Amino acid sequence: MFDFSQVTTWFHELLTQTLGLGEFLAILIECVLVGSVILGAYSVIAMILIFMERKVCAYFQCRIGPVRVGPWGLMQVLADVLKMLIKEIFFVDKADKLLYIVAPFLVIIGSVGAFAFLPWNRGAQILDFNVGVFLLTAISSIGVVGIFLAGWGSNNKYSVVSAMRAAVQMISYEMSLCLCLITAVILTGTMQVSGIVESQVGPWGWLIVQGHVPALIAFIVFLIAGNAEANRGPFDMAEAESELTAGHHTEYSGMGFGFFYLAEFLNLFIIAGIAATVFLGGWAPIQIGVDAFDEVMQYIPGIVWFMGKAFLLVWLLMWIKWTFPRLRIDQILKLEWKYLMPLALINLVLMTVVVAFGLYIK
Amino acid sequence: MEDNKSYFGEIGHGIKTLATGMKVTLKEYVKDYWTNKSTEQYPENRKTTLHVSKRHRGRLVFKRDRDGSYKCTACTLCEKACPNGTIKITAHMAEDPETGKKKKVLDDYQYDLGDCMFCQLCTNACNFDAIEFTNDFENATFSRDSLVLHLDKEVYKGGSLPNILEGGAEWQVGKFNTKKK
Repeated sequence: MFDFSQVTTWFHELLTQTLGLGEFLAILIECVLVGSVILGAYSVIAMILIFMERKVCAYFQCRIGPVRVGPWGLMQVLADVLKMLIKEIFFVDKADKLLYIVAPFLVIIGSVGAFAFLPWNRGAQILDFNVGVFLLTAISSIGVVGIFLAGWGSNNKYSVVSAMRAAVQMISYEMSLCLCLITAVILTGTMQVSGIVESQVGPWGWLIVQGHVPALIAFIVFLIAGNAEANRGPFDMAEAESELTAGHHTEYSGMGFGFFYLAEFLNLFIIAGIAATVFLGGWAPIQIGVDAFDEVMQYIPGIVWFMGKAFLLVWLLMWIKWTFPRLRIDQILKLEWKYLMPLALINLVLMTVVVAFGLYIK
Repeated sequence: MEDNKSYFGEIGHGIKTLATGMKVTLKEYVKDYWTNKSTEQYPENRKTTLHVSKRHRGRLVFKRDRDGSYKCTACTLCEKACPNGTIKITAHMAEDPETGKKKKVLDDYQYDLGDCMFCQLCTNACNFDAIEFTNDFENATFSRDSLVLHLDKEVYKGGSLPNILEGGAEWQVGKFNTKKK
C-alpha cells in the first residue's frame, strides 16, 4: 500500500536540507500549501456534490435534472457559481452588521475544520491529533454558533425562529453523533484518526465487521444523526422552502448565502467521510483473508477507497433525503431524545461489554 | 407515527415504513436511469410529441359556426360572472328591419388575457354556448396591450402548434421526451 508520508517527508527534506530553509519557514510554507490544497479540494468536492445532488434527485423522482448548460448539464454548476460570485451582497436595515458578516465565516470554518480531519490516504491525513475524534466533534460544532448568529444578525423574526430550530436540532443530534464515535473509540482503543483507520487494516478489519452488532447499530445511528446534523434529508426543518424561505439564511445574498450552501453540502460529505473512516475503514481496502484477492485490492490506491466509500454513503444519504417527507420539529426532537440517544447509550454499554469480554472479531 | 402504538411498536412501524419508501425510490432510480422520465423537453418537442389536454384553459375564444357567425347575444352574463373584470362588452339596441323587433347588437367583445385568471366562470355562465376555453397556451407577447383581444373581431383558426386543439400528440407517460422537429 502506497504511503503518502514518503511524499511529505521528501518535501520537508527538500525544503530544509536541499533549500536550506529553517524549520519554522519550512513548516510555514507547508501549512500554506496544505491549506490551499484543502480549500481547493473543498470547493471542487462541493461542486461535484451539488451536481451529483441534482442528478441523483432527478433520477429518484423520474426527472432529468440539468441538461441545458454544457453536455449533460455539466457546466450548470460552474454557471451557478459564477452567478453567485457576481451577486451583490447587501444588508438588511438595522441588521447587526458584524454578526451578519461573521456568521457565514463561522459556518465555513466549522465545516473546513472538520473537513481537514478526513484521512485521504495512508500518511495523508492533515490534522492528526491524539484526541482527533474529540477535537473533530468540537470543531464541527462551531457551525451551530454561525447558524445562530446568522439568524440573530439578520434582524428578521423568521430567521431567528429558524436559527433556533436549526441550533436545537444540531445540538441535540450532536449527542448521539458523539456517542457513536465513542463507541468506535472503545473498540479501537484510540482517538487518533490515523490510529482508528490503521486498526481496521487487515482481513475483515473494518469496524463494522469487527464490532458486529454494536458497531452496526452505531453506524446506522451515526448516519441518521449525521444527516440531521448536516441539516439535510427528512430533517431539513431549517430550510423548509415555501414556509420559511430557507430559514436562517433568508437575508443573505451572493457569497454570504453561498458559504451556507457550500457548508451544507460539505457537511454531507464530511458526515459520509467520517462514517467511512470510522466504520468502513477509511482508506483501508477490502480484505477477506484470501491472499490473491487481498493482493489485488492492495494495488487500488487508498484515496480511491476512501472517496468510493464516502461517495457511496453520500449517495445513500441522498437516497434517504429524496425519499422521505420532512419531519416536524417535535418529531425531530422526539426521534433524537426518545429513540436515538437511549439507543446510542445502550449501544455504548453493549460495546463495552463486547470489548471487555473480547467478543469482537479479530 | 400513530399515537396508539407502544414505544417499540413505533420503532417497528417506523423502520417498516422507511424501508417501504426506500424500496420505491430505489426501484425508480434503477428503472429511470436512462428512460422513463416524466419531464417533457418543452421547446424541443413542441411540434412533435407535445401533449396538451383539450380541457386545458389556455385562452378564451368565440365558438364559430361554419359560416363564421358567433352565438354571442351580448347578454353580459359572462361579464357579470367574471371576478376580475376581464371581459368588457359594449352593445347597442337596434331594430330588425324585417320583423320590427328590437334586439341587442354586439359592438365589441373585449377580453383582457393579461387579467384573466382562467377560472372558467364566464364559460359556465354563458347560456348560449358562445364562448369556450381553448388549450392553445402559447400566449406570450412583448406588450400588455397586445393581450387585449377583441373576440368578435378575430376569427380563431387554431393554435400555432400542429393539431394542438385536439390535444397534440398522444399522451405518453414516462418517455424520455426529447424528439426534435
